[in-house]
Amino acid sequence: MNTKVNFAGIEMKNPVTVASGTFGYGREYSDFFDLGKLGAIITKGTSLRPKSGNKPPRVCETASGMLNSIGLQNPGVKYFAENDLPNLRKFDTKIIVNACGSSIDEYVELCKILNTLDIDGVELNLSCPNVKEGCMAFGNTYEGVRKVTSSVREVLEKPLIVKLTPNVTNIAEIAKGVEDGGADAVSLINTLLGMKIDINTRRPVLANNTGGLSGPAIKPVAVRMVYQVSQAVKIPIMGLGGIMNGEDAIEFMLAGASVISIGAGNFIDPYTSVKTVEGIEKYMKKYNIENITDIVGTVEMN
Amino acid sequence: MAKQIFAELVKKEEIISGIYKFSVKAEEIVKDSKPGNFIEIRVSDGIDPFLRRPISIYNLDKENGILEFIFQIKGKGTEILSRKEVGDKVDIIGPLGFGTFNFEKYNKIAVIGGGIGIFPLYELSKQAKKSGKAVNCYLGFRNKDLVMLEKEFKDVTDNLTICTDDGSYGESGFAIDKLIKDMENEKYECIYACGPTPMLRTVKKYADENGINAQVSLEEKMGCGLGVCLGCAVKKASSPNDNPEYFHVCKGGPVFNSKDVEF
Repeated sequence: MNTKVNFAGIEMKNPVTVASGTFGYGREYSDFFDLGKLGAIITKGTSLRPKSGNKPPRVCETASGMLNSIGLQNPGVKYFAENDLPNLRKFDTKIIVNACGSSIDEYVELCKILNTLDIDGVELNLSCPNVKEGCMAFGNTYEGVRKVTSSVREVLEKPLIVKLTPNVTNIAEIAKGVEDGGADAVSLINTLLGMKIDINTRRPVLANNTGGLSGPAIKPVAVRMVYQVSQAVKIPIMGLGGIMNGEDAIEFMLAGASVISIGAGNFIDPYTSVKTVEGIEKYMKKYNIENITDIVGTVEMN
Repeated sequence: MAKQIFAELVKKEEIISGIYKFSVKAEEIVKDSKPGNFIEIRVSDGIDPFLRRPISIYNLDKENGILEFIFQIKGKGTEILSRKEVGDKVDIIGPLGFGTFNFEKYNKIAVIGGGIGIFPLYELSKQAKKSGKAVNCYLGFRNKDLVMLEKEFKDVTDNLTICTDDGSYGESGFAIDKLIKDMENEKYECIYACGPTPMLRTVKKYADENGINAQVSLEEKMGCGLGVCLGCAVKKASSPNDNPEYFHVCKGGPVFNSKDVEF
């Protein structure tokens, strides 16, 4: 049984990764298990300079999921490189930095710094719904995505993955912008823009009014989008959105994802990611699957 | 270090209407817990309700490895939790929070709590009194039907003052007003507070203005409880309003020095 995957040039021991913003820089979860059990860790969204994030309340629960409007709070790439990366590197797993910026120049400058770090890849965040500038503003048109991707591609010497927002009309077209811009892979979906109102105060619960919806509530949307993108581009896909276990992971892989990410599932059970690895192995055993890569995109449509 | 355990519920008691005390076997968590720490409980095996519930620790029985927590039924999650029966397992992560109550360097302290905010103050009072501190406690409730744990707090404090907003039991008025009045004559070296936000704001204002130490246990909506999602932000007092910086209640707190935070 072989769970290894070469994703965008990154050799992973299994297809299970953890999504940016749901795993910090790994420190907290290393109290619970050996991070070396994961295929890769995608860091908290990291920017050129520190960001303090949005006003609280920043999170709230919704049916089978949650809304967040953290606003990309992070200590900046310099702090990450000095304080978090050395600790993360102790584990036998791949490190992908989720990179965010508010202008093309900022993405380019950040990626020049990331070139110098001992990391395995970069995930370009073109999809955060909670910041005013950059991110999703680039991520919702073909041309916006293609332009940022190709600008970064010119300078970045590491594998490049671009993370997409689902808050668009035609996800397949946007994904083509990633491919045409020269990225190695695409990841989807980031959170769906949502809102919750407190009926007693008649105000939105989140200070930012709207936030990104994640968790099992969004899984069917994510699976559909992964399938659509898989039909539109040749580059490999990292699938995410509400994955809670091995069965969910397999569903994404059948839809066309080569690897998957656990997001909000980390919050309710710190072991969700490692249990997902076990669940995938169980499925492989049950159906006599030799290589996990054999099932990618094998869904047969009705 | 935080651990996940499936703790057996050994005792369950509805202390007043809609408020439950659970005693669980949780030796691994109890041994590392400090006053002010909290736990996160997963109430459902499924995905709804989705998030864990952060609940403060009421009592640590280190000898028997028993952890006690008290919660009020406030919504679907706590309602499901209240249906657990003795012998059932409770999915708990803890102890959580690196900001806990510190009393070592003080000799005479004031502890003030309001409503369901009083629970984490019990273990603090117990440990402080045990180590020889003079513990003066003020507990406020809306009315006499909501007064709880009077005997328990009496046993772990030197002076206990119960206040009710409507005067139906104990002293009439807010506990914080009584505390401030007492401080005209009494010298407390530190105030420890947990309860409604207006009460905590008054404690902060009074303590900061009079140069008195105060430790406040804060609440904010939480995602992970581990310091990962950065959801439960509270503003650092030292940072400017137009470019605020934040602590996180689950990691930097839940207990903060009042002068360090703005809420």
